[in-house]
Amino acid sequence: MENILLKDDVAGLEAYFACGGYKPLKKALGLTPAEVIDEVKKSNLRGRGGAGFPAGLKWSFIPKDAQGPRYLVCNADEGEPGTFKDRELMRKNPHALIEGMAIAGYAIGAAHGYIYIRGEFAEEAELLEHAVAAARAKGFIGRNILGSGFDFELFIHRGAGAYICGEETALLESLEGYKGQPRLKPPFPAIKGLFGSPTVMNNVETLAAVPAIIDKGGDWYASIGTGKSAGTKLFCVSGPVNKPGVYELPLGTPLRDLLEKNCGGLKPGKKLKAVIPGGSSTPVLTAGEALAVKLDYESLAAAGSMLGSGAVIVIDESQCMVGLLRVLARFYHHESCGQCTPCREGCGWIEKILNRFEEGRAEMKDIDMLSSVADGMMGRTICPLADAMAMPVLSFVKKFRAEFEAHARGETCARRAGPKA
Amino acid sequence: MAFKLSEEFKAKADKICARYPRRDAALIPLLLELQKETGYVAEEGMDALAAFLGLPYSRVKAVVTFYTMFNREPSGKYHLQVCRNISCHMAGAEGLLARLSSKLGIAEGETTKDGLFTLSAVECLGACGSAPVMQVNEKYFENLTGEKLDALLDDLRHNRVMPR
Repeated sequence: MENILLKDDVAGLEAYFACGGYKPLKKALGLTPAEVIDEVKKSNLRGRGGAGFPAGLKWSFIPKDAQGPRYLVCNADEGEPGTFKDRELMRKNPHALIEGMAIAGYAIGAAHGYIYIRGEFAEEAELLEHAVAAARAKGFIGRNILGSGFDFELFIHRGAGAYICGEETALLESLEGYKGQPRLKPPFPAIKGLFGSPTVMNNVETLAAVPAIIDKGGDWYASIGTGKSAGTKLFCVSGPVNKPGVYELPLGTPLRDLLEKNCGGLKPGKKLKAVIPGGSSTPVLTAGEALAVKLDYESLAAAGSMLGSGAVIVIDESQCMVGLLRVLARFYHHESCGQCTPCREGCGWIEKILNRFEEGRAEMKDIDMLSSVADGMMGRTICPLADAMAMPVLSFVKKFRAEFEAHARGETCARRAGPKA
Repeated sequence: MAFKLSEEFKAKADKICARYPRRDAALIPLLLELQKETGYVAEEGMDALAAFLGLPYSRVKAVVTFYTMFNREPSGKYHLQVCRNISCHMAGAEGLLARLSSKLGIAEGETTKDGLFTLSAVECLGACGSAPVMQVNEKYFENLTGEKLDALLDDLRHNRVMPR
């Protein structure tokens, strides 16, 4: 099928306009906000950042009688290891995001929107600045958009390097100029979000799908995919495949097809060992599990993992699972905001235990200690960062226990590291 | 040492502050601007920015120390930031780091004596499909190999590439 999001040669405003761009905005402004929300509800569009929450439902949580300002925030703090889809989407189709935000802003009654983009994406932030300026010059952003009386200002806000800011409420703290430490919920952002006002936050990919939904209808979008998992999804594949990259596919596509048809299979001489299907925090699948699973919210949940951000990390037989888990542990330990004890301490302990494995100082009982520490972290913190560490630990240990045991026996890992650069 | 925000900076800062209902929301973007001017965020810069936004110094310092992109010490002209997370790790990031370390004669976190290069290992840069990846100042260099890295160092030394 034709791509909805990832298109070539539509980055410029004129080119975007030539293929029907900003017509959906005009159409949306002719509907009532409630009608726009209903269309998005009908589409079954779910959050593409990782959690998969229904987008239309999220929009409808803004209290109808709320006084004062409301805000729309785009989460472009793409930082989940393995994920690079939003970067590609913002580079290739920035106006789909901008138009989607104008439509969403209208639907929820927000006059201000912010795109919070990770600080490292300086080039993409600049590109978005130019795209917003171009849209503003044509009257798609700003006061009285297309003569409708609807005002919507849109600003780009760069972060400064903190994985935790991809978490909704940490992002709000950061956007207000504080450390990115997640807030306790409730109150949820729809009630009390940015600057204490009702706020909707959606991922780049979620918002960029909105213009097509308004243009062709929620029913059309819902007809793509598996029903419960509607529409297309961006999958970003990394690891030793012939053609790594971002692919837009209908939800429900077999993972095997993505790897073999889209990515051209594994590189010569490489044999599949495991796949992390939805970003580094989602439970790992063995090669057998991966090749049998379909890429949608329900199928991946049934396989014991998650669709997450759609970051498919391919791992081949030459990789040491203990070593890879240690890389992830170092990351989560580094990125824990330090607010909750189970996460701050737990991530550190897990990293230390894994260092013992890597340095040949681990004992057999350390394997169960890893799982025990992870169990003590799951669901016990303000935000899901602790879970994001615990899930790979529990799944790596469960599915690749033999490798941990070999390390504990002091067997050197002959399969360490990738090709020497 | 007296540190004063330039009039140019203040004019730009006022424009950035106007994007938010509260001026202090501009703290992070302003720190990035400040760092762009001087290459790092000095204590005096934090003081000046705190005064400019009407914030206690502690708030500015808390933010500067929380986020990884703020340098608190002068860094080299080129800040080499090698991603070492999972996809880059599998693609040989450790080898790249070791190669840079030996070529430049510095360890992670250090700056060459001539002030040209600072070497850092960083977490996921969000470009995993083109691993291994290194960010030099604000520019990404992707699909790196040992040879490409050597050529890049040479280009940087001779001002043939100018990352911002």
